[in-house]
Amino acid sequence: MTRGATAWTVASIGQALRAKRASAREIAADYFARIDERNAELNAYLALSPDRAYSRADQVDAAVAKGEDLPPLAGVPIAIKDVISTQGVRTTCGSKILEPYIPPYDATAVERLEQAGAVILGKTNCDEFAMGSSNENSAYGPVKNPVALDRVPGGSSGGSAAAVAAGLAVGALGTDTGGSIRQPGACCGIPAMMPTYGRVSRYGLIAFASSLDRIGPLATNVADAAAIMSVIAGHDPNDSTSAAVPVPNYAAEISNPLNRMRIGVPEEYFGEGIDSEVKEKVLAGIALCEKLGCRRIPLQMPHTDYAIATYYIIATAEASSNLARYDGVRYGLRVPDATLRGMYRKTRAQGFGHEVKRRIMLGTYTLSSGYYDAYYLRAQKVRTLIAQDFADAFQKVDLILTPTTPAPAFKLGEKTADPLQMYLADIYTVTGSLAGIPGISVPCGKTKAGLPVGLQIFGPHFAEARVLQLARAFEAAGGFSI
Amino acid sequence: MKITREEVERVAQLAHLELSPKEAEMYQGQLDAILTYIDKLKQLDVSKVEPMDQVHFDGSGHTNPFRTQSYGADTHTHPDGTVESAHSELRNDELRPCGTAEALFRQSSGAAKPFFRVPKVIER
Repeated sequence: MTRGATAWTVASIGQALRAKRASAREIAADYFARIDERNAELNAYLALSPDRAYSRADQVDAAVAKGEDLPPLAGVPIAIKDVISTQGVRTTCGSKILEPYIPPYDATAVERLEQAGAVILGKTNCDEFAMGSSNENSAYGPVKNPVALDRVPGGSSGGSAAAVAAGLAVGALGTDTGGSIRQPGACCGIPAMMPTYGRVSRYGLIAFASSLDRIGPLATNVADAAAIMSVIAGHDPNDSTSAAVPVPNYAAEISNPLNRMRIGVPEEYFGEGIDSEVKEKVLAGIALCEKLGCRRIPLQMPHTDYAIATYYIIATAEASSNLARYDGVRYGLRVPDATLRGMYRKTRAQGFGHEVKRRIMLGTYTLSSGYYDAYYLRAQKVRTLIAQDFADAFQKVDLILTPTTPAPAFKLGEKTADPLQMYLADIYTVTGSLAGIPGISVPCGKTKAGLPVGLQIFGPHFAEARVLQLARAFEAAGGFSI
Repeated sequence: MKITREEVERVAQLAHLELSPKEAEMYQGQLDAILTYIDKLKQLDVSKVEPMDQVHFDGSGHTNPFRTQSYGADTHTHPDGTVESAHSELRNDELRPCGTAEALFRQSSGAAKPFFRVPKVIER
């Protein structure tokens, strides 16, 4: 086996293992060598787990030697975003407050990946507690976009996206609260899926905003994303919000015919503020879907423009509550003080970065006495209106197509001084987050400067198979390089 | 001004965050800009809208995840006619081993098994 020479996929690894052209240990070693070579520059990984990876790889190789049936992700090297718990492997959430933290248990999604034969390479960098759109809010330094090193990889799952795009993992888990899987997927030019709320267990996902957080896959092709989805989806008794809806075999369903699918194109996603090259590419992508037999239906989704404001009230309110647990008492950083209150205040002041503090304060403010009705309650009502926009649209169409981001990856440092401008990077992704529906970003060509553009496909609740089906057909028709 | 310096300091108190004067000033400006932007929600009449307090919204008006609700094609119907809702049942409230305490105590700087030591809270 030649090191670093192969662009492995889930399918090609399975074939190579079965044909004994490569061992799982060799493939894992190949990826650790690639990481060794590129990670200093990209800063995509925060921690590696070679012992765990090789022990899992050896189990796969033993199964091959015995001629056993291999599980669906046998020997597939996968990276895990650092907000997802991994037993015995340091998990920081990109924060100083969890710098020494080693989780005593695995997230359900991680456990399921390993049961399916996946080889966990390590933990990927992210914005602190998944709060950000550029990965510049990590306490461990920004990630660089492998497509253009002076640009951000997007965020918050920037390390996962950069690792996959640079060939430092076959696939990765990210998390999406307002766009944090899809937006970095678009910025780095790879498929990236946010499943329906409740489709994948959140057990072991360190909480940011519990009514919005989701775990999902990033991969180099749609079939791999589907293969990972099939493994991680499904009910988990440890997460009461995980849904008991049966899990389809996504990998098998993606090749179903499109059958003149109705695709909705909401005008609100193509208005003021969109980069002209992004608009041009996404419209070309939609035209390609029409060529594939889809019927294009214009839509109006009148509450789209209120999504960012709604999101930043709800997400920060939930964050202020969820992050109250970091008090220095039980685990993570503790800054000593003579009084308990002083210990809390100093631990949190030194442990959290600026964006996290900003969001905790915004959430505390909007939930505080006298402001609750004006902010939080109003936002929850507008969230109903946004979800209703989608429910109405899905009466008329099967899927909704939009750009993933208003502009391609921006330069490092370009938006760090203005939090509101940073928030607007999520303008097309937060809508689906608020509505609880699934969405994928797939590559849709590049700008003249060579920066990837993302096409976003939304589907109704639990219609991941349909979303993946169009994504796969789009990929097969050359849409990724349109 | 949507938010005063005093309000920033009060919120930081409530959130147990120690702020330097320079930080308080920075956050005041940034929170002010964000709150001004958020005010656009006031353009909407929401007097007849129910708040979305559950995420599994399907437009049918049923928003409680612990009651059966329909997801059209995504709902699973058993041969006996019972419909499996998208939502899990609440599990029984019974004791199960957790097994993480030892690992947490080992890494805690305040461990004093089976307790965590903190600065004195109650003055005699």
